[in-house]
Amino acid sequence: MWAIISLLVENKTGILFKVTHLFRSRNFNIDSISVGVTENPDYSRMTITTNSDEKRVVQIVKQLEKMIDTVEVRQLDEHKTVYRELCLFMINLSNANDSMEINKIANAYGGKVHDVKKESLMVELTATPHQIQAFEELIKPFGIIDIARTGVAALQRSGS
Amino acid sequence: MAIDLINKMETMTGAKALMTAMEKEGVKQVFGLPGGANLPMYDEFARCDIRHILARHEQSAAHMADGFGRVSRKPGVCFATSGPGATNILTGIATAQADSAPMIAVTGQVAVDMIGRDAFQESDIIGMSNPVVKYAFQPRTPGEVPEAVRKGFYIAETGRPGPVLIDIPKDVQTGTAEMEFPDEFKIQGYHPWTDPDIVACEKAVDMLLNSEKPIILAGGGTIISSAFAELQAIAETLMLPVVTTFKGKGAFPENHPLSLGPIGMHGHAEANKMMTEADCVLAIGTRFSDRSVGTFETFEKRLKIIHMDVDPAEIGKNQQAQVAVVGDVKASLRIMIKLLLQRAIKKTEETPWVKHVKETKVYWKENLKIHPGEMGAAKILRKLRELLPPEAIVTTEVGQHQMWVSLFYDVIQPGTFFSSTGLGTMGWGFPASIGAKVARPDVPVVDIAGDGSFAMTENSLATAIQEDIPVIVFILNNYTLGMVAQWQRTFYKRRMIGVDQGHIPDYVKLAESYGAQGIRAQSMDELDKAIKTALSSDVATVIDIPIDPEEDVLPFVAPGTSLEDMILPS
Repeated sequence: MWAIISLLVENKTGILFKVTHLFRSRNFNIDSISVGVTENPDYSRMTITTNSDEKRVVQIVKQLEKMIDTVEVRQLDEHKTVYRELCLFMINLSNANDSMEINKIANAYGGKVHDVKKESLMVELTATPHQIQAFEELIKPFGIIDIARTGVAALQRSGS
Repeated sequence: MAIDLINKMETMTGAKALMTAMEKEGVKQVFGLPGGANLPMYDEFARCDIRHILARHEQSAAHMADGFGRVSRKPGVCFATSGPGATNILTGIATAQADSAPMIAVTGQVAVDMIGRDAFQESDIIGMSNPVVKYAFQPRTPGEVPEAVRKGFYIAETGRPGPVLIDIPKDVQTGTAEMEFPDEFKIQGYHPWTDPDIVACEKAVDMLLNSEKPIILAGGGTIISSAFAELQAIAETLMLPVVTTFKGKGAFPENHPLSLGPIGMHGHAEANKMMTEADCVLAIGTRFSDRSVGTFETFEKRLKIIHMDVDPAEIGKNQQAQVAVVGDVKASLRIMIKLLLQRAIKKTEETPWVKHVKETKVYWKENLKIHPGEMGAAKILRKLRELLPPEAIVTTEVGQHQMWVSLFYDVIQPGTFFSSTGLGTMGWGFPASIGAKVARPDVPVVDIAGDGSFAMTENSLATAIQEDIPVIVFILNNYTLGMVAQWQRTFYKRRMIGVDQGHIPDYVKLAESYGAQGIRAQSMDELDKAIKTALSSDVATVIDIPIDPEEDVLPFVAPGTSLEDMILPS
């Protein structure tokens, strides 16, 4: 199963290392990770996505809870959560119509186009990992030069 | 209020603050080795009442602290310098972590502005130790030292105990600050005390009462929580046979009629048999290690599991439990006993299951084949048991001798047996016995050793003599790395590689060269005399007992198989 785990951690040096080290030493995998300071500068929020069976996800959450530096650990229900990832694509342009075609696709996904050159352009997309994957499939035929992704950031909807 | 605070504050160096904070924690001694980066801390020994016990290797210093901590249930403290001192101590820290032993390791570090520049004797011990510590502190200013010590001790000894590292840069040791020694503090993400779960306790009682063939599996957590009386009370109230893990050995008196001894790779035949026949297990403070239960899938398929543990992350890690009772096992067991009292349940008659268990026990006592020679492991260890008082503390090294202890040395007084069971660190037993003797100077302390393991930390004899810590080392000497040899005989068609120790050294002479007493025992008579001499002596004694290098440890549950597949002596 694909799981989103949200951690509130103390904003101290070495915590990111400890969290990722825990995944490595317990033989869990990290699909994506994003970290940023919260409204209170004493804390950071980490969002980790992982692919694992249910039992292992429960174990991951418990092991993270056991860590002394984590203040709060929650597995988020994706249906009650807003989760997004920012992705930058550098895409190859070889035919005259490519730019227009890509613009159309990008618009459909709410993407923004940057850095339009003769041979390439860049698309910025903020979407769910699933939508990013779908977009990627569509633009693959043009030739993807580079991709940079931020990892998922997620917050549970209020009242849920 | 403000005046109180000012009165409490005092200007001092980080090194002095460390020692003052440790004295406040009740530390009476430190096991360690000095070096360039911890000299300011060492200099403070001249000005405080804490005793320094000089080890000859940092790993041994850590094992000494570990042995002290397990016996006294207060963190033992070890000191090492930066770089190689710190990396040497790492095996000792990992050993304590694997067996949930309380420990404080204090390492020196290069000065703050030298960190990250590959300075002389710099090692990133915070990074290296991360997966094997319960927590680590690296105070970056002298003023942070008192709180690191206070929190460190609290973390090390509460909940599921474990080792805490405090890595102190040299300039933090020498720098001064207005020091405040806090009584109260907050660690936001640490909640070691969970109240006993009464609902879960009720479910556990019901499940036990509704089972035909219930059994108790007592793990190391039972010993850490010193839930000895509670374990015995629940076993006797419900007439439950008791098996233990190897780490839980001695949680329950092994001469008790309901005791079956340890299960596992080298568990008692009767314990393994009954474990596989039971329909419900009350598992107390255990992580269901592969060495205890064999293949995970086979074990959990057979029976209903009630899992009691202070660490919520242990629930469901290796085995799926039907009932999970999270909390201190002593407190939880007390609630279960109270529930039984309220319901006026006290079983007096033996059920068919208990009768069957007792018959099985008698059968294996009479029929388990042991080595036929005069100096077989079983006979040697039974002789030692006969001569040692019940309160004597025993540690072991790691290997065949350790597993013979599992089989043939009965622990009678709960909480008198300690071994490196999780990490399986060869060389642990001897320095740990020194730490144990420091914690309990009033009782005999014996390290039951093999020659291979003892060789790894034998230079701790220097500590035992110099510091006048008279422990007994009891070497079952087959001049071989015996457990590896047994696996080579069993699984590698007798291709014996790298196991022959070549009759080196002569352990009697080695002991004597350190100023210890060395005795060789080659017959039961000599052994009898040697043990009596050692017990009445006030100097550390090494008893060297040559045994048959071909003797195997049996029964044996081969790795990757289940308890049913136990190989028996033929």
